[in-house]
Amino acid sequence: MKSWARLRMVLGRVGQALPALFGVIVVTFILTRALPGDPAVYFAGPAADEASIQQIREALGLDRPLYEQFVYYLGDLASGNLGVSISTGQPVLEELARRLPASLELTLGALLLSLAIAIPMGVLAATNPGRPIDHICRVIATAGVSLPTFFTGIALVFVFYYLLGWSPAPIGRLDFAYLSPPPITGFYTIDALLDGDPETAMAAAGQLLLPMITLALFTLAPIARMTRGAMLQALGSDFIRTAKAAGLSQRVILIRYAFRNAMLPVITTLGMVFSFTLGANVLVEKVFAWPGIGSFAVDALVVSDYAAVQGFVLTMAMLFVLLNLLIDIAYTLIDPRIEANG
Amino acid sequence: MDRRTFLKGTGATAIGAGMLPFLKVLPASAATSGVVVVAISQTINSLDIHRKGTNRPSYQIAVNCYDRLVSFGTKTMPDGSLSYDYSVIEPDLAESWEATDKSITFKIRDNAVFSDGSPVTAADVKWSLDRAVSLGGFPAVQMKAGSLEKPEQFVAVDDKTFRIDLIRKSKLTIPDLAVPVPMIINSKVAMANATADDPWATDYLHRNTAGSGAYTIARWDPGQQIVYQQNEKWTSGPLPGVKRVVVREVPSQATSRALVERGDVQIAFGIPDKDAQELAAKGDVTVVGTPIENCIYCVGLNLNFDPFMDKKVRQAVAHAIPYEEIFKAAAFGQGVPMWGGGSAKPADVSWPQPFPYSTDIDKAKDLMAESAFKGGFKTEISINLSLASWMEPTALLIQESLAKIGIETTVDKIPGANWRTAALVEKRLPLHLENFGGWLNYPDYYFFWAYIKGHLFNSSNYDNPEVAKLVNETLHMQTDDPDYAPKVKRLIEIAFDDVPRIPLWQPNLNSAMAKNLEGYEYWFHRQLDATKFSVS
Repeated sequence: MKSWARLRMVLGRVGQALPALFGVIVVTFILTRALPGDPAVYFAGPAADEASIQQIREALGLDRPLYEQFVYYLGDLASGNLGVSISTGQPVLEELARRLPASLELTLGALLLSLAIAIPMGVLAATNPGRPIDHICRVIATAGVSLPTFFTGIALVFVFYYLLGWSPAPIGRLDFAYLSPPPITGFYTIDALLDGDPETAMAAAGQLLLPMITLALFTLAPIARMTRGAMLQALGSDFIRTAKAAGLSQRVILIRYAFRNAMLPVITTLGMVFSFTLGANVLVEKVFAWPGIGSFAVDALVVSDYAAVQGFVLTMAMLFVLLNLLIDIAYTLIDPRIEANG
Repeated sequence: MDRRTFLKGTGATAIGAGMLPFLKVLPASAATSGVVVVAISQTINSLDIHRKGTNRPSYQIAVNCYDRLVSFGTKTMPDGSLSYDYSVIEPDLAESWEATDKSITFKIRDNAVFSDGSPVTAADVKWSLDRAVSLGGFPAVQMKAGSLEKPEQFVAVDDKTFRIDLIRKSKLTIPDLAVPVPMIINSKVAMANATADDPWATDYLHRNTAGSGAYTIARWDPGQQIVYQQNEKWTSGPLPGVKRVVVREVPSQATSRALVERGDVQIAFGIPDKDAQELAAKGDVTVVGTPIENCIYCVGLNLNFDPFMDKKVRQAVAHAIPYEEIFKAAAFGQGVPMWGGGSAKPADVSWPQPFPYSTDIDKAKDLMAESAFKGGFKTEISINLSLASWMEPTALLIQESLAKIGIETTVDKIPGANWRTAALVEKRLPLHLENFGGWLNYPDYYFFWAYIKGHLFNSSNYDNPEVAKLVNETLHMQTDDPDYAPKVKRLIEIAFDDVPRIPLWQPNLNSAMAKNLEGYEYWFHRQLDATKFSVS
């Protein structure tokens, strides 16, 4: 019965997301066209005359009325065609399929790293409030969040690549001497391992390290602060006092009771941090020549590349829906109260 | 393990099967140090220069993978670097040509072959030029500059003879055949991949090359890299000294600079003036800065606005601009100053040449006092945010200086996507910065675009019947015509006196490269030419 209830919840969630997705489609379609700037003029090049601009406008279908463009767009979407990005010259779907894994690999790696540091840090700070360890955590978190990522990125490149030469050249996902592994997951490190090619996997991991640290430093703060706050609250609750009174060991209290309860807000924060980072790591992508989704979207936006912007927003919207779903499911695993209302 | 030892090691040791296709070729070439890595800051979005929406960095494919009928010569610059030479037209695929008043007939070289081994024929040439004028957009505009407008002009006489029938006799026709656009495509390959909807094979040539040039494309990872592979069948010049050129897209200028300094890339192409200045001072890498021909960074004064209709006001502004400070702050001293010229009459037809203005606030005040705007006026100075790195400091310095002669300005920042419409199409910016440069290196060509009413780069709305007449007379005239020099000098003299555009400096194209890399050459198209690369 439990799994049936969960399936119903999942289906219900997906159903709720559909109108939201349609809304996203309409809004991005209108917003991209409300942007200043005329893509036909831009792509005709500076020396183009009126006639050649008109040719491009027709080739892009921009001479048709807006509602007609929208109907065409919906038709294309239904057949899985997101159009061609004029700024990169590639089909948007291909671009996203190539760039989303690059961004995901970077973001997930950074978040894992960030979690591995932030959660113990937050727990330590919460169990020792006001002590030096708490202050150290506060300083690290504040510094991490207040240093802009492009600065941290350039500083890391300067020290570990330029001065020390420990890190490989910040030249993208793989050094030019390697061929990208056959795509299975789209994550170079994992694909290379699946392909039985540890050499390439190591090279990919090496390229990943500095941008990952850069992003992790930035995402550390919200997670660490949230863990600390949630832990403090949990530790101050009645049920912990009861557990203490019942003479449970410190370890059991901390991990089984306090930590599990504190995880709920942390997971919510994590979801937000993840989706925020995925779209917002443009600057890191630029510094490390990382062919990710953020720089693709920003470059497309600057030149009014409609298809690319729409494709990007739609993908992100779907990712958000998926992510929220995963978080809801994670809740049910952690919080026994939610299951009942499935 | 660094990359070089890795590259050499792969020759001997077995490696993962997934990497083989790419690395198999490397060991041999690595032994002759045959790989050059280049960092560029923009993205390449197509392999086809004729396609609609193909961006500037992609023009390098046309340069490196295709040949043309003719090419420009090469000259050595005063600093020892190489530059193309617009005054010399050399054979490329055509071994000779004969021009009459009505037509130009080209003989195609017998040994000329495409990279698939098939011979280059007149039919290929006709198909390629037809394509360049038929697909519209930028290629058609560029072809038109050389009076190459419609397919009927192009005639394949026999297999090796090709004729262009002229609409008018013009000195621009032959040079315009040497620009990247009229590249010669293997029409057999292209037509085999054409469809009824796409007779010019734009889909195929967008992703593949079919040329006779120095390189073929070994790999294109959009958004990441292009890998050029030497075309051993290339007949239009000595084979490049390198087997492979890897062009990596590195958007961050700081990263590019670190890469070239560390020696992980051999060229950082198109670096900012500031990095050029600093790297040159450090001396670890060679920095080549070449003044971009026929290009001037200038201040435009729009004659649709009352104060700027007054020549005295324009001259006053020209005397109020703090040239020296701008050149230091915005160009970091890279480029050629365009102020402080000696005489109000040009000594020769060289272009661009310094205008006879220098910073002289007293003189500017006097000129203002003589004008109808003694009390000064208020206006806006507009800049393009995409070019903010030089436009912003320039605008601020001009703003400060103009305040001294009673012209109060506010700085108006316009996003890159809107700039063209505002500045060039609607021409509605009173005081603005402008950066036009012409591909064909003739003063009359510059004047054609920038000083004639209604023409695109005349963002000043300048209108002078004498200029229009002189440009009309000189545009197609041969430069050795006795009338040419006097007429062009008159044009320049009018530009000196009327100053609808106040030149600041001629900008540089800067690149930093490893000291052992040779064969870097500057071209008017400002893109990478890898055809002469070698590593010593």
